[in-house]
Amino acid sequence: MIKLNTPISNNDIKLLKAGEKVLLSGVIYTARDQAHLRLINEKELPFKMKGSVIYYVGPTPKRDGFSIGSSGPTSSYRMDKLAVPLMERGLKLMIGKGDRSEEFRKEMIKNNSCYLIATGGIGALLSSKIISSEIILYEDLGAEAVYKLEVKDFPCFVAYDIYGNNIFKDK
Amino acid sequence: MRKIDLSEVTNIVKESVIKINYELDNSLVALIQKAKANETKEISKSILSDILENQDIAREGHIPLCQDTGIVVVFLEVGTSVLIEGDIYEAINEGVRLGYDQGYLRKSVVKHPFLRENTKDNSPAIIHTKLVSGDKIKLHIASKGGGSENMSTVVMLTPTDSIEGVKKLVLDTIFNAGGKPCPPIIVGIGIGGNFEKSAILAKEALLRDLDDSSNDNIIKQLEDELYTEINKLGVGPMGVGGETTCLAVKINYFPMHIASLPVAINIQCHSARHIEVIL
Repeated sequence: MIKLNTPISNNDIKLLKAGEKVLLSGVIYTARDQAHLRLINEKELPFKMKGSVIYYVGPTPKRDGFSIGSSGPTSSYRMDKLAVPLMERGLKLMIGKGDRSEEFRKEMIKNNSCYLIATGGIGALLSSKIISSEIILYEDLGAEAVYKLEVKDFPCFVAYDIYGNNIFKDK
Repeated sequence: MRKIDLSEVTNIVKESVIKINYELDNSLVALIQKAKANETKEISKSILSDILENQDIAREGHIPLCQDTGIVVVFLEVGTSVLIEGDIYEAINEGVRLGYDQGYLRKSVVKHPFLRENTKDNSPAIIHTKLVSGDKIKLHIASKGGGSENMSTVVMLTPTDSIEGVKKLVLDTIFNAGGKPCPPIIVGIGIGGNFEKSAILAKEALLRDLDDSSNDNIIKQLEDELYTEINKLGVGPMGVGGETTCLAVKINYFPMHIASLPVAINIQCHSARHIEVIL
């Protein structure tokens, strides 16, 4: 088990090996399909892409007194192509669920980034690891807006590492 | 004739969509507990533990089980001795709107395939209607997530493909889906009818009681064999490997054309959220 804090450095990426549990703390950002389509065309962003973490999630509405609604990962493969230009701008970690394409994995290794998975269908549990949330971009997208999240010991597993290992293939 | 008050329909849909998104069915929880005891790999066991802990947090902490609170599917059975004054489909959709608003559920329905503008109230539901004898109406209400639905398929096999062809298709589909549909999954299979009928059969199969089996001996045997063989695929919880890939396999069938063997496979994630209500 390894504890990581954002922003993520190249040295952090070297420590990650497929299959290992990671507890992530710090500021991360959310984005799904539609937000990716817009992000890749933005010249300037309200957050620093270098060293950043993107979590593929569209939370349920927040109740009063809660930091966020239910917040588990969505399937990552839909973002495979769209993730490439963001990795080229310094995106270091992506958190989602499920296997992705070989093309993505090659690009990820080339850009010295890493792919983590969180368990799908446990959004209630994962929301308890999110301390605060705020929409910072594309509010019109509703659940697909970009949120800034502060997380504490958010549980993930390394799915693909830079050494070519893959949690789904090396069972 | 027995008159049904449509406001009762709206109310029961509203309460049902909230309940199923917060409380996992006890028979499903029991199957996941059994699967956890059966897992040997640490990571697979810990994923099943988290799934069990999640349903406790959801139930007690008033937070939906999953952020994908689904699109609503309703199998509506209307007794022919029931009098309905007004639009029952609108009454159901109003129940969806109220439930998704008051239950803090995610609105996951968009209007147009390409414009992708959200309807903002999770309506409309997908409603399948059957006329039956009697003076009751029965609603089987499900919140169906997108991740597992995206891994589902319909294939037109030919009659001589037979049982082996069906088995190969099911195993290939589930192996290729891997961790994407959030295993351990429930597999609903529709065989026969025609192109669209097979898909509806598969969806109906997913709504069967977890501990039942087909009353046709050949189909029951196929359910049992597929259950064993799917779990031998080694996909495991969330695709990371292990003993548990599926929790149940349910097959429904219907007569078909001499030239055809339609097969639909509808996949349900471990967070199977549905309920049957009778008015």
